[in-house]
Amino acid sequence: MEEVISAKDLYYRELNARIRQKARAGVEHIRLTDVQGHRYIACGLQFKNLQLRVSGVPGEDLGAFMDGPTVVVENNAQNGVGNTMNDGRILVHGMAGDVVGYGMRGGRIYIRDGAGYRVGIHMKGFKEKQPMLVIGGRAGKFFGEYMAGGYLILLGATGGSTGPVVGDYCATGMHGGTIFIRGKVEEYKLGKEVKAFPLTPEDESFLRPILVDFLESFALDVNIFDFDSYQKIVPVSTRPYGKLYAY
Amino acid sequence: MGNTTTLSDNPRVSNPANTNGSKSGLPPATSPKSDLMGLQSLRPDDHFHSYPEYFVERRHEECIRCLVCVRQCPYDCTYYDPDRDVVYNVHQNCVNCKRCVAMCPTHCIRIERFDSGFRDNGHWGTHLVRGLRKQADTGGVLLTGLGNDLPYPSYFDRIVLDASQVTNPSIDPLREPMELRTYLGRKPESYRPGSPGEVFPNILCEIPVLFAPMSFGAISYNFQHGLALAAQEMGTYFNTGEGGLHPDFRKFRDSVIVQVASGRFGVDPDYLLSSAACEIKIGQGAKPGIGGHLPGEKVNAEISRTRMIPVGTDALSPAPQHDIYSIEDLRLLIYAIKEATEYTRPVSVKIAAVHNTAAIVSGIVRAGADIVVIDGFRGGTGAAPMIIRDHVGIPVEVALAQADQRLREEGIRHQASIIAAGGIRNSADVVKAIALGADAVYIATSAMIAVGCTLCQQCHRGLCAWGITTNRPDLLPRLPADQAAGRLTGLLRGWQHEIQEMLGLMGLNSIESLRGNRLKLRGVGLTQLELQTLGIRQAGL
Repeated sequence: MEEVISAKDLYYRELNARIRQKARAGVEHIRLTDVQGHRYIACGLQFKNLQLRVSGVPGEDLGAFMDGPTVVVENNAQNGVGNTMNDGRILVHGMAGDVVGYGMRGGRIYIRDGAGYRVGIHMKGFKEKQPMLVIGGRAGKFFGEYMAGGYLILLGATGGSTGPVVGDYCATGMHGGTIFIRGKVEEYKLGKEVKAFPLTPEDESFLRPILVDFLESFALDVNIFDFDSYQKIVPVSTRPYGKLYAY
Repeated sequence: MGNTTTLSDNPRVSNPANTNGSKSGLPPATSPKSDLMGLQSLRPDDHFHSYPEYFVERRHEECIRCLVCVRQCPYDCTYYDPDRDVVYNVHQNCVNCKRCVAMCPTHCIRIERFDSGFRDNGHWGTHLVRGLRKQADTGGVLLTGLGNDLPYPSYFDRIVLDASQVTNPSIDPLREPMELRTYLGRKPESYRPGSPGEVFPNILCEIPVLFAPMSFGAISYNFQHGLALAAQEMGTYFNTGEGGLHPDFRKFRDSVIVQVASGRFGVDPDYLLSSAACEIKIGQGAKPGIGGHLPGEKVNAEISRTRMIPVGTDALSPAPQHDIYSIEDLRLLIYAIKEATEYTRPVSVKIAAVHNTAAIVSGIVRAGADIVVIDGFRGGTGAAPMIIRDHVGIPVEVALAQADQRLREEGIRHQASIIAAGGIRNSADVVKAIALGADAVYIATSAMIAVGCTLCQQCHRGLCAWGITTNRPDLLPRLPADQAAGRLTGLLRGWQHEIQEMLGLMGLNSIESLRGNRLKLRGVGLTQLELQTLGIRQAGL
């Protein structure tokens, strides 16, 4: 049974307190209506079975520190989606702003269309715990900067946009994790710590179910299985700055 | 980099840039006879290693060949020649950590500065010449540990305390109650009995001295454990630094301040909730404006797990938090943490002391911080470029005085507590800092010295002979956690009594009466402008 909370005339602190209250009472499906830039929705929530639908445009830091729930945004999202998120899922039926998935540690984020600058920076990963961020459209500069783990997938297929799939300083300082980009990434845009490779058959079989899931999540019908157009970007050094110092 | 290769080819000289966990610290299997007392000249163009910094003098007649010095030296400086039955040193590798001096049962070792080759020069100090040569050899940024060691003037040393005589009797803390209890966090706008209004979360310190942020990785597991035990025992707090909180230490949740820095290492909701307070690290006094950098040598499996980065990789924590470019952005993160912790914990923001500290602190308080930490240029570090450690930032005394003054003028001093940090050496520094406007202080270097640190400044190499700033399995047991806790508790107890004595002699019976009470301070040998900046009067007036 889905419960509805109207965000109209509520300050974010009150809205988030009400969400927590319902989740603590065992409600597993909550729909937020009239969301107009309310910050910190689902911030720090640890309810694994909680499903949150957001009608309207949520504010900054949606799902920051989030640890389990699923959040579906029916519209665009602002900056800081999934900031330092630990587990759970975020689906954005639209585009997202800057710093999506900053320091992300686990869980999945799907952005149907494009995203802004500094996406997926400082993403982490340890053994089986690997965060994943998939973006259907394009992304701006500093994509995957300082990345230390996890998977960043940029498809350049949605959002009706044209132009380069990714901006400058892509994967600068990257020292762990994997980036898949569909489309051309000029050499000069890449950090000198990384290298771009064509996909291997293993990469393709790794990507295929993720792409299928992504398309199904948004009921999209685009061909993104042209694996020849993909590049895999991985660090060639785990110590990009190891030689910078005299001990 | 040709020289570096040549050096590492020489089995007698460790090339620290290449050190890793496999170094045994044991002597080489064979020792060339041509090498007398390790004083060979390596090659004419090896400028750095040709001039040892220290000379290890050993009275061979008193040496009993127990080889404890050989086993204890992690810098490959000491070895035993079985053919001659003599212990020798590779002086070039000595860092003057004094581990061998302390461990030698016959006290037959002495370490001296070895200045041979350098004429006295008031402009070109030996440390400068050595730095230039090392850079010429390696082409690198000079890395170091600990705090700024240059002889800048100390304002703490030019401030003296007042005492009561006749007209305002002093108080004897041994017989009368003396309150050191300090609450850190935002205070209400006003108080009316019966209707306290909104009450903000505060943390209670039984002594206004907290252990400063030192990350697991930068310091050893045992040392952090010791800090936790001592903080718990003394009713104060330790700070995780930016390296996350090891699962074993989650039980100290009531005694820990957890840090969130740009690398977001180990930050999840459990981490934020396993705390008494949360702290956002913007800057560090030892390296204002640049980021954290835990060298790959120090990132072992445990650190990798806590920080969620690959083993052996450099843990990068760049200078800006890339989601914070303004006070408004800072407010976003402060309130994200408050939301995640449901407003149950004070949120602290730590900055380095820089030229506009007062204005920045005002912005931080308006952004919603409950505690502001001002870290002065004497503050220590696990690894920082020497040029930045030694030349960037300002003394905490002036930054603190200005920030406190500014917040008072703006009527928002009650909205946040101030913690002063960076080179607090003894209880007099604590008392002076509090009179200059701090609520409490952070200590780190003092705490390290308490557990054995000899200030050799090699923290960045992960080879600490005293087991303080290393997690190498063979070095870790040198500092057992309970021993560290005992010594830290001892230090704090000593300071506690001294602070009580100093309050008593000023005629005060509570630390609250001292906070920002600059009338209790006087300047000695300071200019008018310096006195004005500190907000204190000239001694005698």
